[in-house]
Amino acid sequence: MKYDVVIIGGGPAGLAAAISVKKQGIDNILIIERDDKLGGILNQCIHNGFGLHTFKEELTGPEYAQRYVDKVLELDIPYILNSMVVDISADKKVTYVSKQDGLNTIEAKAVILAMGCRERPRGALNIPGYRPAGIYSAGTAQRLMNIEGYKVGHEVVILGSGDIGLIMARRMTLEGAKVKCVAELMPYSGGLKRNIVQCLNDYNIPLLLSHTVVDIKGKNRVESITLAKVDENRKPIPGTEKEYKCDTLLLSVGLLPENELSKLADVQLSRVTSGPLVNDNFETNIEGIFACGNVLHVHDLVDYVSSEAELAGYYAAKYILDKKEHHKYLNIDVKDGVRYTVPSKIDVDNMEDRIVVRFRVDNEYRNKSIAVLKNDEELKVIKKRVLAPGEMEQIFLNKNELHDAKTLTICLKEAQ
Amino acid sequence: MEKEMICIGCPLGCNLIVKVDGEEILVSGNTCPNGEKYAKEEISNPARIITSTVEVKNGELTRVSCKSQRAIPKDKIFDVMKEIRKKEVVAPVKIGDILIENVCDTDINIIATKNIKKEV
Repeated sequence: MKYDVVIIGGGPAGLAAAISVKKQGIDNILIIERDDKLGGILNQCIHNGFGLHTFKEELTGPEYAQRYVDKVLELDIPYILNSMVVDISADKKVTYVSKQDGLNTIEAKAVILAMGCRERPRGALNIPGYRPAGIYSAGTAQRLMNIEGYKVGHEVVILGSGDIGLIMARRMTLEGAKVKCVAELMPYSGGLKRNIVQCLNDYNIPLLLSHTVVDIKGKNRVESITLAKVDENRKPIPGTEKEYKCDTLLLSVGLLPENELSKLADVQLSRVTSGPLVNDNFETNIEGIFACGNVLHVHDLVDYVSSEAELAGYYAAKYILDKKEHHKYLNIDVKDGVRYTVPSKIDVDNMEDRIVVRFRVDNEYRNKSIAVLKNDEELKVIKKRVLAPGEMEQIFLNKNELHDAKTLTICLKEAQ
Repeated sequence: MEKEMICIGCPLGCNLIVKVDGEEILVSGNTCPNGEKYAKEEISNPARIITSTVEVKNGELTRVSCKSQRAIPKDKIFDVMKEIRKKEVVAPVKIGDILIENVCDTDINIIATKNIKKEV
């Protein structure tokens, strides 16, 4: 089979991308989803707070997903479920496995990578201690609780203050569990402010900054967790250990873009985000392969995933309709507190009049400015009273500002 | 009465101090008008949207996610959770279906946030 555009993943990014491709007049599309439902991780995110930017109302995850699923059905966009992509080649042959089709290879003119991300597991943390039952990633606990209907645990300690951990602290408390504390290795939280207030403070759950797990006890099921304070080098300080009796440890210690397939297609990845390096069209180094959503870089708000995916879909359609070749790129360099940007390079001659550049900073800052330097001179400076690693930042760049740019740098500087 | 709280209006997270003196609510520590509005609401009527799941019989899944149609007063949250835990519905369920009417006499309904088809 031959398709114009194949979209890998039927979560929020894949759905928004597919809708956008279809709206450009391209019908020969296929969404490939490995789960038995469209909607991706939103199906288990039953809390509210989604869609404030997109729909100007507060929706729960399943409701937000359903709006896009309904649109996909209404536009008659083809999709297959229970189908796992196992290979993508640089010449855009996509191989998937499913019960219906067995091992099947299809060809695409363009591929949109929308596989999302996965949670960092215990194995990546080198936590000492036993390996009993009762240790879950926060997302696994969320699925067990919200979709399968299990209680998961009675007395809980959470390591990591990522948003999923905070949301689960509230969720488990509401279901009658006792959440003893949330421990965070860093001196600041990785989660959104509103989640700290509404998930922890509302239920008097302590947030212990600069703390980590130094021991897990229990042979069959978790019996206790020992936490200790860490110094500025994130090393446990002897003598600060405290043991918490509990039967469950949740880990909410970061998300990793899931790019095994991208690597098979020789897509170049960023060492900072672990996601593909893309140009201002969300196109990777492999012509015709695009990326969007959490596979590209981990977002805090699904609204931004949707708007980014919509753009990726638009550019994938444009790629097919009027093939433009990109000859020269202006790299976006980063320094002084800015970790990366998406996109990481711009084809100024072919860019839209105005593009959005999203990025994260490496620490908590107050009263700084985001500076855009063109040819080492200030092009624009935006004052920011607060910047945090947990909150994605964005700036806009205009085509008419960039025609004479030889270099472009985004950095932080002291506010005037 | 004096209470400290963190504003959730933006990432700044201002530390607010709210003083209640009879009818008057005085807010300090805020750096914009949104902070004052937030603090006044938090003091006079603290309420939250509650989300959870309700048991489903004969459905493709055994739980349907749900939410309170409006924010529930904070002191009634755990009573509402008790009612949600007791409830059982039969598939099919559609987004927006009322699962519990006027939960705990709050005049607020608990509604479904997911479509659950009948099991085939």
